[in-house]
Amino acid sequence: MDKFDGTVRINKKTTNILERPLNKGRNEVHISSFALLFSEIVQYSQNRVTTVADLQTKLSDMGKSIGSRMLDVLVLREKGYKRETRIINVLLFIKTTVWKSLFGKEADKLEQSNDDDKTYYIIEKEPLVNKFISRQKDKGGLNCAYFIAGIVEEILFGCNFHCKVTAHWHKGTTFMIQFDESVIARDKAFDAR
Amino acid sequence: MSRQNSARADGKKVSSELFTLTYGALVAQLVKDFESDEAVNKKLDEMGYNIGVRLIEDLIAKGNVGRCHDLRETADIIAKLGFKMFLGVTPVVTKWSTAADEFSLILENNPLAEFVELPSGHENLNYSNILCGVLRGALEMVQMEVEISFVQDALRGDDTTELRVKFIKRLEDAIPAGEE
Repeated sequence: MDKFDGTVRINKKTTNILERPLNKGRNEVHISSFALLFSEIVQYSQNRVTTVADLQTKLSDMGKSIGSRMLDVLVLREKGYKRETRIINVLLFIKTTVWKSLFGKEADKLEQSNDDDKTYYIIEKEPLVNKFISRQKDKGGLNCAYFIAGIVEEILFGCNFHCKVTAHWHKGTTFMIQFDESVIARDKAFDAR
Repeated sequence: MSRQNSARADGKKVSSELFTLTYGALVAQLVKDFESDEAVNKKLDEMGYNIGVRLIEDLIAKGNVGRCHDLRETADIIAKLGFKMFLGVTPVVTKWSTAADEFSLILENNPLAEFVELPSGHENLNYSNILCGVLRGALEMVQMEVEISFVQDALRGDDTTELRVKFIKRLEDAIPAGEE
């Protein structure tokens, strides 16, 4: 048995990172570790921009690099290699699967806009990234949840749903998802079939 | 699964994947923003320091620890309490110097480097350098000046990841300027 163990270890060293088994994703770290790391990220980004909008874009860009990686991991691990093709399904995938694996819970609400069929909302009362960040009046509406908006946008983009995701202070935090015209047209074509 | 998920839901824990990827996004950004790997290492160390000085309060408050009497005790608490609590791993404390003022922390699994591969051309990057800053900052707050460096990094093809901690001196209680 010992010998067998040894060979495995040698193999592990030489195998490419992509050939290693994907872990189950159940590992956890302390919330302070994440909160303090995120706080450093916000401070660092803040020192390199001049406007609130630029800061939000920067946070969103960082979120994007997470979104693209999470999408692959989740599709592989949770969805049996299947990606979603319908708007409602991909949104539910984000509300449940994505939220659960990132934040340990489902998003609070998913809604469609009453007067615009391109617009959907994911509502989260207290997003993880805003938990320890106080809202400063002089920073005019800065919302660090843009980081999560970036994750969501990139996941949708990766599933071929072009859209713009923004974060707003409304019922906690609301992520507004505005799909591209072509995405809506495609979804309607599905219905017609 | 439901048990762990509930630990996440009540806000004590977060997914280590989110943490790892967030750290990765930060390092990627720094590599873009700075010209040399050395400059990135330095920045990561600075950020770690800022984290360390705040993290230590958490550790003392929640970990229920008192003052350490010697470096061995300190090493033990760093490995078994600090790393365990904040990163969910327990490094091995080893390679004590004869004067007992230096030791190594061996990390079998480095949670910061979970999905990471170093691209060529970044041989000098200490990917997890933030850890050095965290330890330095945290120990400074309990009046210990230390020097910390990576001597081995699995990401660079070494056998393990090894952090060397060297005790420099005990910091004296300083009275803040303008106070008696």
